[in-house]
Order: sequence, then structure tokens, then C-alpha cells
Amino acid sequence: MIRVVLPYHLRNLAQVGNEVSVEVDGEATFGSVLDALESRYPALRGTIRDHATRKRRPFLRYFACERDWSLDPPDTPLPEAVASGREPLLVVGAIAGG
Amino acid sequence: MSAVRVLVGTRKGGFVLTSEGSRRRWKVAGPFFGGWEVYHMKGSPADPDRIFASQSSGWFGQVIQRSSDGGRTWETPGGGPTKSDQGMPMGESNKFVYDTSAEMGRPLTTHQWYDGTQHPWEFKRVWHLEPSLTDPDTVFAGVEDAALFRSTDGGRSWHELSGLRGHGTGPNWSPGAGGMGLHTILLDRGNPGRIFVAISAAGAFRSDDAGRTWKPINRGLRSEYIPDPDAPVGHCVHRIAMHPSRPETLFMQKHWDVMRTDDAGETWREVSGDLPSDFGFPIEVHAHEPDTIYVVPIKSDSEHFPPKARLRVYRSRSGGGDWEALTRGLPQRNCYVNVLRDAMAVDSLDPCGVYFGTTGGQVYVSANAGDSWSPAVRDLPPVLSVEVQTLP
Repeated sequence: MIRVVLPYHLRNLAQVGNEVSVEVDGEATFGSVLDALESRYPALRGTIRDHATRKRRPFLRYFACERDWSLDPPDTPLPEAVASGREPLLVVGAIAGG
Repeated sequence: MSAVRVLVGTRKGGFVLTSEGSRRRWKVAGPFFGGWEVYHMKGSPADPDRIFASQSSGWFGQVIQRSSDGGRTWETPGGGPTKSDQGMPMGESNKFVYDTSAEMGRPLTTHQWYDGTQHPWEFKRVWHLEPSLTDPDTVFAGVEDAALFRSTDGGRSWHELSGLRGHGTGPNWSPGAGGMGLHTILLDRGNPGRIFVAISAAGAFRSDDAGRTWKPINRGLRSEYIPDPDAPVGHCVHRIAMHPSRPETLFMQKHWDVMRTDDAGETWREVSGDLPSDFGFPIEVHAHEPDTIYVVPIKSDSEHFPPKARLRVYRSRSGGGDWEALTRGLPQRNCYVNVLRDAMAVDSLDPCGVYFGTTGGQVYVSANAGDSWSPAVRDLPPVLSVEVQTLP
């Protein structure tokens, strides 16, 4: 199981807690984890990646294992620690007031 | 015993205000979708418990919410763990994709950008939701960048009525500083094929075949801020209002000028008359008097607050031209709020109730057609929209 930590507003939208777990068929990549996340929680479709372009929304980043993976291609394999469930993948929103 | 439900969209969530028909004491529920911008909430005339809400965020994009119990609980239509017949997850409710199909017969790729160059259409958010007059599962969405979408399955899926963008003038539309949004959708109960829409900054448009084909209806509008002041499109229309008993007559608050047409938009004439300023955003029609209309004058396009810092609704009982200031209960000094285009509405009680919300977070109510006002609530986030449901 792959662990994903979502920002506050997406937790509320998907009606989940701080962290969710998803399973990925085949190789676990950043793209396939997001596919699995959206498949299990369809309310999240379009909120992390644009519906039409499938690009990461500009105010969100992907962090894992103390690294920013936001600019890596979607077919980049997850780090072993994330793929094995020892470390979570963090979806992080930009800091802003209000 | 009648009652009123007021749907308030704000910069930081949605609120539902309820009162008995006296409209004196208000209960405030919310915020719903706290922390998100709620551009608009509107109930279905065919089923008042069916309410749609547009929830959006710079971080997470657009979400459509739907209530089937009068705003107590909400769901994202198609957003649950539902599977289609093919076993694929659903969850298309937030998907607004512009039509690029070949049958449109012309490219729908660009519109005019701020600098005069052409720019691709890019979906940003839903500004306005207009439920069908007869079917609680059908709802129209006016979006930024300007386009009209329709759902016939309760908000699960959305399809563009692309004849609007494709009728020929689209490349001449341009955004105002607030974006290029389709903000007004008017349906005609006596003529199901007729739809009016308005776009900032393009103008007003009409369809007579349920949204398949469209034409601009801006003759008579004059806008000094565009190269050709009488151009067929390019006008920054802020809002249009119609009384259901007289659907050929429309009233318009434009970016400067209050206008009126009596032939469904074929020709417009100015009815600003003796207003202290003819700049403003909302315009609304009395529920029982088709010639009684309301506007909220704003000082100018450069200073979005009331003239002389006095918040005043202006009422005309003659369909424009002659206006009276309505001041009782409204702040008459040091007031610097604005009232946005979708933030005024009327109920259908007698006497007619008039409601508006401000960028200062107040929602003012008049239970006597504007003669006097009081705040139903006064410390909400900046109000983006106000809609009213009159309940039996």
C-alpha cells in the first residue's frame, strides 16, 4: 500500500483523514499513484491535476523522502521507501494567507 | 406559513440564511465548503430542495456541489465511489472541457487577450449556475473563460453549448480585469428555446433554439473604453435582469450606463436618468411590478465604492429614467463596500423582499420592496452572490 498525505481542503472534499492508502497495479510511479488516488476518490479528479491537460495544478507540489518531485515526469518510479509504504507521498499546497 | 431561504456565496464559503415570511429573524447556517470561494449557489425552481453550488479555489480548481435537502447536506455529483457500467470510476462532475469537435465547423481556439493578441481559451471557474425552470437535473453553468455548459444529469457531467463561442465573434471577446466570465443566464418560462446570456467583456447574446445557435444583441450599447464604441461585441455588460411576465423587456447594468430593451435585445436605450452614477454591478426587477427595478450605484470604474460613501439602493418605478434613493437602514457615512453583480435578488412574497450582499460581508434585507433595510447578517466574508428561494 502506498501512503498519500493530502492537504486539508482535499481531505475534506474526499471525506478522509490525514492520510490515505492506495494500491497500484504494476509499477508504482507518481502518475500511477495519482491515477489510483483519483480512482478511489473520484471527487479529487481535477483538483490535483487539471482535468483536460493532466498537468499538476500550479499551487501544488509533490514531496517525498525530503525531496521535491514536482517537476519529475509522471512516469518516474516512486522512491523505494514510498513504494513500500515506509514513507508517504505528500501533496502540499502553496503557503498563502487567508 | 411561507418562509425564505437565502443562499449566500462568499470568498470563504457558502452560507444559508433562513427566515419565516416576516423576514425579521434570521438563522445562519454555514460556512459550507469553508475556505473555498463560492461564486454562486442557486436552487431549482422545479425542486427547491435541489441546490447547486460552485466551489472553487486557486489551489484545487473547480468543484460542483449539490444538495437535495435544501442545503443541509451536500455531495459532489458523481464524486463518490460509484462505478460506471464499464467498471471505471465516475467523478466527471468537475470536468468542464471546451468543445473542440469538428462538427463545430470553425476553430474555437483563441480569444482576444489584454494586450490585443489572441489567447487560448482556458477554463478557470464557474461563475454562475442557472437551474432549469422545469427539470431539477438540468442546470446551466456560465464559466470563465466565457462559455456556457449544461448538465442534464444533476451536475454529474457537463457539455458545452459551443454554438455560443463558435457563432463568429468569439475571437473579439476579451477579459476585463476580473476575467472573462459568462455571468448571466436568463431563461424564459414561456419560450423554452430562448436563452439570454451576458459576458464581461463581450456583451449580451441570445439563442432562440435552446442554445444551439446564438447572436450578439448589443445594438444601442455604447462603450468609450473600446476602439469602436458601437461595436457589435466587446461591451462589458455587468448584469441583465428580466421579469418573467414580460420576457421581451430586459434591464442591463453595464460598465457605465443602465440600459433597457423592449424587443429581446434587438435595440437598447439608456435609462440611467437621474442616477448619481450609472456605474454599478447588479440590477434586479421587483417580483410583482415589472417596471420597478433596483440598482446600486458605484462611484466609478476606478473607485468601487458608493458615491459620497453612502450606501444607497436606487429604485425606479417607471422602468428606468426616474430614480429614487433608498436609504433607511443603510449606512449613510463612511461606507466603502461594493455590491457585486450576482449579489442582489428578490423573493416573491408580498410585499416583495429585496436582498443584497456587500464586499464588507453584510447581507441586507428589505421586506417592503426597498423602503427600509436591515442586515440579516453583517460579518460574513466578502459576499460574491445572493440568491433567494421563497418557500411555501
